[in-house]
Amino acid sequence: MSLIRKPLNRRSILRASAVGGAALATPTVFTSRAWSAGYLNEPTGSTVTLGFNVPQTGPYADEGADELRAYQLAVEHLNGGGDGGMMGTFSSKALKGNGILGKKVEYVTGDTQTKSDAARASAKSMIEKDGAIMITGGSSSGVAVAVQALCQEAGVIFMAGLTHSNDTTGKDKRANGFRHFFNSYMSGAALAPVLKNAYGDDRKAYHLTADYNWGYTTEQAVRESTEALGWETVETVKTPLAATDFSAYITPVLQSDADVLVLNHYGGNMVNSLTNAVQFGLRDKLVNGKQFEIIVPLYSRLMAKGAGENVKGIFGSTNWHWSLQDEGSKAFVKSFGQKYGFPPSQAAHTTYVQALLYADACERAGTFNPCGVVEALEGFEFDGLGNGKTLYRAEDHQCFKDVLVVKGKENPSSEFDLLEIVEVTPAEQVTYDPNHPQMAGGQLGTCNPGV
Amino acid sequence: MDAILLQILNGLDKGSAYALIALGLTLIFGTLGVVNFAHGALFMIGAFCAVTLSRLLSLSFTTIDPERTDFLGNPLKVETPYVEAWFGPETGAAIIDWSVPLAILFSIPIMALVGLFMERGLIKYFYKRPHADQILVTFGLAIVLQEIIKYFYGANPIPTPAPDAFAGSLDFGVLIGLDPNLIIYPYWRIVYFVFAMAIIGAVFAFLQFTTFGMVVRAGMADRQTVGLLGINIDKRFTFMFALAAVVAGLAGVMYAPINSPNYHMGMDFLVLSFVVVVVGGMGSLPGAVLAGFLLGILESFASMAQVVALLPGINQIIIYLVAIVILLTRPRGLMGRKGVMES
Amino acid sequence: MLGLNKKDAYLFLLVLALVVFAPFLLNPFPENSELAQFNAGYPDLMQRFLIFGIFAIGFNILFGLTGYLSFGHAAFLGVGSYAGVWMMKLLTMNVIPAIFMSVVFAGLFSLLVGYISLRRSGIYFSILTLAFAQMSFSLAYSVLTPITNGETGLQLALDDPRVLGVSQVDGSIPQANLFGIPMRESFELSLGGWLFTFNAGYYLCAVVMMVAFYVAVRIFRSPFGMMLRAVKSNQQRMNFTGLNSKPYTLAAFVISGMYAGLAGGLMVAMDPLAGAERMQWTASGEVVLMTILGGAGTLIGPVLGAGFIKYCENIFSKINDNILYGWFSGLPEGLADALVFVIHPFIGKGWHLTLGIMFMLIVIFLPGGIMEGLERIGRLFKRKPPSEDNAAAQASAAPAE
Repeated sequence: MSLIRKPLNRRSILRASAVGGAALATPTVFTSRAWSAGYLNEPTGSTVTLGFNVPQTGPYADEGADELRAYQLAVEHLNGGGDGGMMGTFSSKALKGNGILGKKVEYVTGDTQTKSDAARASAKSMIEKDGAIMITGGSSSGVAVAVQALCQEAGVIFMAGLTHSNDTTGKDKRANGFRHFFNSYMSGAALAPVLKNAYGDDRKAYHLTADYNWGYTTEQAVRESTEALGWETVETVKTPLAATDFSAYITPVLQSDADVLVLNHYGGNMVNSLTNAVQFGLRDKLVNGKQFEIIVPLYSRLMAKGAGENVKGIFGSTNWHWSLQDEGSKAFVKSFGQKYGFPPSQAAHTTYVQALLYADACERAGTFNPCGVVEALEGFEFDGLGNGKTLYRAEDHQCFKDVLVVKGKENPSSEFDLLEIVEVTPAEQVTYDPNHPQMAGGQLGTCNPGV
Repeated sequence: MDAILLQILNGLDKGSAYALIALGLTLIFGTLGVVNFAHGALFMIGAFCAVTLSRLLSLSFTTIDPERTDFLGNPLKVETPYVEAWFGPETGAAIIDWSVPLAILFSIPIMALVGLFMERGLIKYFYKRPHADQILVTFGLAIVLQEIIKYFYGANPIPTPAPDAFAGSLDFGVLIGLDPNLIIYPYWRIVYFVFAMAIIGAVFAFLQFTTFGMVVRAGMADRQTVGLLGINIDKRFTFMFALAAVVAGLAGVMYAPINSPNYHMGMDFLVLSFVVVVVGGMGSLPGAVLAGFLLGILESFASMAQVVALLPGINQIIIYLVAIVILLTRPRGLMGRKGVMES
Repeated sequence: MLGLNKKDAYLFLLVLALVVFAPFLLNPFPENSELAQFNAGYPDLMQRFLIFGIFAIGFNILFGLTGYLSFGHAAFLGVGSYAGVWMMKLLTMNVIPAIFMSVVFAGLFSLLVGYISLRRSGIYFSILTLAFAQMSFSLAYSVLTPITNGETGLQLALDDPRVLGVSQVDGSIPQANLFGIPMRESFELSLGGWLFTFNAGYYLCAVVMMVAFYVAVRIFRSPFGMMLRAVKSNQQRMNFTGLNSKPYTLAAFVISGMYAGLAGGLMVAMDPLAGAERMQWTASGEVVLMTILGGAGTLIGPVLGAGFIKYCENIFSKINDNILYGWFSGLPEGLADALVFVIHPFIGKGWHLTLGIMFMLIVIFLPGGIMEGLERIGRLFKRKPPSEDNAAAQASAAPAE
């Protein structure tokens, strides 16, 4: 079935005809019937176009900028430029540095504005106007879910960027969508044992949760995995996403009996709530004879920078960190650092990896056809991309790999050296059943090639 | 009891920020009759004055330390701030530490100039234009200002801590004989509140007790008559615009340690401060201050877990709900005059 | 013609021609030229031009005629969108019920908001509408998640009931259609280096927009429209003559709310997802900007304003440094670098800056919006003094305070 009936790859056809000096004045009407085989936006010329859809305005613009840098680096490496980065350490050797399937990689960029509507508009223009065969990027779960659904309807592949909500590969999963980034459940599962070691199994937790989808899944994940250890959840309070000053939410914490504060916040919310909590002296207090502690389930280096001194000693989890010492991470940090002068963020890492994985899947499938790519990625096991052995699970298109538990560094040696890795939680420990209650509902459906 | 006291304290603090911005908005509206959508941007520029000064003070020269290496394995570049080299490490570090209070002095001339340029370069051409045009042009200006800041400082929040002397918090509960830890309040927020009260007091005293202020108040009441009396009211109004910019800027400078400044913080405050101004009554200075504190405190109360449990989502909408109720029961806000912005 | 006077009939035909031939007009550059970046003739953007055009036309019925400046119209668009998606989830993928229910729900909601807000005037009215819209947005984003799906946005799923249709086709969600014609269906015409796309959804939007435009013209010229103008010029005097103006303003408010709902319904028909950000105050502000930029109180101005803003948003944000280097590839390297350096802040992530500067320039130099600009250009060629009509248009272009 077709959702967009349009001729495949008219750009390259037009280019080819212009070069060949074909009869330019002859009007040609393309309809879907004239181009029966193939799939949407099939590249027939010498190039293939990818769409990089990242937040360029709004609160996540800096992460978006870092994602774009990583994509540009990935394109350079795919086309055979630079030092090849992680292509050298990647366990699959299908990529040869001659583009994808011999076609030179070109790209278009767009602005998601971190709004579902704008992100879809931008993705649609890439698909309809620029003939993009794959859309990737984004820095929030709402946008990821919205664009993923669009790509499913239109019939192109979506490689998610930074999106941490369970729903992206849970109840809102789609056959054409893939996520490399980890999720709320994994954060909870990885953090819990470390927290037990550090703070004991008799703790009373108070949750402050950003009042939107990602906040809910993260709160649930952390609550369930800490309660399984024996912690008690005293109170969970939702905070408006638009809140900038969290004092009214922080002060009641000490009046409760809690001795741990979990901040299910990200981005500006996290920076402000953590800063407020530290200002109110929460970490200097003794409650129930124990030192009061704060936990931030999802860390990002860019956000840690915004919170400054306040992150010191605070536990959280992260998808990847530049200080990892495996060959893949070292190669990536080196080529990114040499090109841009500073180490990459986790957003940059996940997007670079996603671009490589997509290219590799096309090579192995021998086609750009989304259904072929889906088949090549489903159940694909690989290594050497910075997270150790990784599996792209067929049931929900989620990557399963090691998760990093990190802590704000006490004595940073540079402005980038803000987090230290406390533990690398092995993949088995964060793997869950595809029908886990936190992921319940939703169906993958079937892949859609758009024709 | 202690929970209520606590939320009043929290509200006073948030209220101070609302009141300071609303005060400036009302000064501009009352004197010039201009609806200034760029006022949030002035608040934001104030906060970035603090960021800029702390960056200027930490300007550093680079030496290479061959002993240590950076993330790529090259020799580490060590940055030493000039002030530390000039005044010795301790005095230098103290100067950097105090950059936010120092930024008060730094920001006054800057904000005054920004205000002056805005009024002379743009706003003055809009006195006779409809309010919708004023809103549109100042809104455009606000976008341009925040994009310029974003271009230079990025989109992420920039931590701008208060001096170490103000770190930590006061156990307010112990002072009034309650158990420890029940009511704690960071020192810097107390400073912010006191500072806001001082600024508000100064503005009112200035308007009340100086000849200049008297003329301005007369001009607010009846601009034409004052003009007919041969007084150059325009010049004074320009001054008032600069003053309003300084008030918004100072509110921003002092707010920087509370929430790390980012480029869109002005827009975040803009809509709320408009609601504050209207609830207080367009053109009424005491109304703006009163409404600022009132809404700040109500917002704090609405975010108490007990209240939210009773009325889910109330913390999201309380300000707007209060605005609707007040506007329906008191047509011109709390202290508004007849005939302002109606016709 | 159709009960329009001669001038309006010409305008109507002009708009009709523009809309029908938009796929040609918006793609003026050959597909493989560097300037193809500026082509706007792809389905999504063309649909958006018309949908936001409808939204702005409706807003103009309230603001342009009565002078009541609503800062909450995005809420009606949002409510309409949610109603539309729910119809597609529960009933059928045919877009007619979705669009119809969008209009109904937006109308009911605007009746409620209008009834309360219209008790006040001036800026107090604006703040009341703003407050209602912000409350709707905040609640839709958080507490109402079961109905709105919060941040993620309400979207279709494979297990939706769709009692009059099918839940899924071969493991895919069925597509939005009009009695079997899919909204995404397009065919393309290639003429030399040019490529033109004709999209079914776009032409549905076009039909709806022409009807909406026709209704707006009739309202502008009707006794009801005169009454609304009277509200704007002097409500007090009107009240003194014994006329109660409230039913008229409320009717205008509800009509413009229904236009917003219609726009929301069409948006959903073209792309079945409803996000809460649609209701945020910035979205309400956007339609105000569109109307004023285009020329408030003029018939066609708001549509031009809508097109202008959507064009900036979708075209400028996609230009990146690579494309710039492509344009300047013929120049010496140093010069190209310098040009890219100068232009860089205004494109891609800087498109907000470009938009802000353009706003300011238009407001400063063209108080009557784009329409005034066109008129001035027209006058240059005609070299005759402005007719009374123009003067009237200008007078009504000045919004009330």
